Amino acid sequence: MALTKRIIPCIDVDVDEDGDAAVYTGVNFEDLEYTGDPVEMAKAYNEAGADEFVFLDITASAEGRETMLDTVEEVADEVFIPLTVGGGIRTRDDIKETLRAGADKVSINTGAIERPDLIAEGAAAFGSQCIVISVDARRRYDEQGEYYEQIDGESVWFECTVKGGREGTGIDVVEWAQEAESRGAGELFVNSIDADGTKEGYDVPVTRAVCDAVSTPVIASSGCGSPEHMAEVFEDAGADAALAASIFHFGEYTIEETKAALDERGIPVRL
Amino acid sequence: MNRSRDVSIAIVDYGLGNLRSVKSGLERADATVAVVDDPGALSTADGVVLPGVGAFAEGMDNAGPYRDAIREVVETGTPLFGICLGMQMLLTGSEESTHAGQGDVEGLDLVPGQNRRFSTEMTVPHMGWNTLSVEREHPLLEGVDGEYAYFVHSYYADPDDDGAAVATTEYGERFASVVSDDSGQVFGTQFHPEKSGETGLRILRNFVELADPTR
Repeated sequence: MALTKRIIPCIDVDVDEDGDAAVYTGVNFEDLEYTGDPVEMAKAYNEAGADEFVFLDITASAEGRETMLDTVEEVADEVFIPLTVGGGIRTRDDIKETLRAGADKVSINTGAIERPDLIAEGAAAFGSQCIVISVDARRRYDEQGEYYEQIDGESVWFECTVKGGREGTGIDVVEWAQEAESRGAGELFVNSIDADGTKEGYDVPVTRAVCDAVSTPVIASSGCGSPEHMAEVFEDAGADAALAASIFHFGEYTIEETKAALDERGIPVRL
Repeated sequence: MNRSRDVSIAIVDYGLGNLRSVKSGLERADATVAVVDDPGALSTADGVVLPGVGAFAEGMDNAGPYRDAIREVVETGTPLFGICLGMQMLLTGSEESTHAGQGDVEGLDLVPGQNRRFSTEMTVPHMGWNTLSVEREHPLLEGVDGEYAYFVHSYYADPDDDGAAVATTEYGERFASVVSDDSGQVFGTQFHPEKSGETGLRILRNFVELADPTR
């Protein structure tokens, strides 16, 4: 037996009108639908055989952050699989607070792009294994990139974006992934603005470009609509883990069904 | 099964790392758990956990004040359970500190051997779920064999005595994923039982059972 590919459910957590933490799931790009209580959902996925659990704080306020840390504590007491927490992490203290609340890893996006030293600071203080760098990649068809892929006969590079893809940074995703790795990132999350919400599959070209360029584990994210898509991103891109939200939250597939389908294709998974 | 027991477990808190899950996992096994940052508090515990993430030299440095207290605990026969870096610290030394230019850093030397780096062909860290093959009987692994556990590490234990490997795991090569000294009272897991789902909880339960003074 060998190291398995990891299947990771992800929840987006916001505060509801009563000030309690609640999970919301995007439907068709924009609309967010109330999906459930984060602690109950985490417990259910833990029992269903999820290999890890990702918790993204999508609140923007200081009060929201407090609620979120309390929720992370509750989740950590119930869930005995690795827990990654992301959203709004910008300082060494943010990392420390989040780990102390019970996260095993933190996922950092904008905070690392704005101040790349945060990666090395976090890795030195808490170990590389807990620093996950997350990129929101967007396809660009001009000639300003460093690393190009051919997609349907066109030359494409991938740009790191912030603010959910609304703002470009001009930074090449592959170049940034290598830099993040050399600064001490222990894992990379590859999200795709182009694939997000489509349920037509992961962005295989960007995931493969990052996997080929780094030696740290890569987690594919965005676009999953079926276990087939996971198989594709494992086999064709070389991802180490695949993240999904709505297919699990809306009960389209269970973790068991997903893993059984992957196992049938000969992909090593923890059954 | 769930009878309440009076087993006290001390988790050594020498600085960093998420101790919350280890604590709640042990509490699920009905232990009374204290996270201690005072070496003097170890002697009254029925079992001691040496957790740890991070680098070997830093870990040994942080654990320095506990060195004597840990030795005493071991001499009195109290079970000592090292997790991840905490397990690596049970050995004599590590290539990690040599690679980092920190010279020879002395481990606890309770399980003679070295920690070595995975070969360069492998993705490092070895991160994720991998299987345990039990090599010999040990109460810590009662009811466990062939199950998956969650690993995150770049170095692995290479004990001098092959018999010290209680379980092994394959990642490029076969390495000791659970080690124990001859007495069976000093042991450790390279993986994180507190992050290994039901299998991990079972191992934590076995540990509490093993530490139970009324056993």
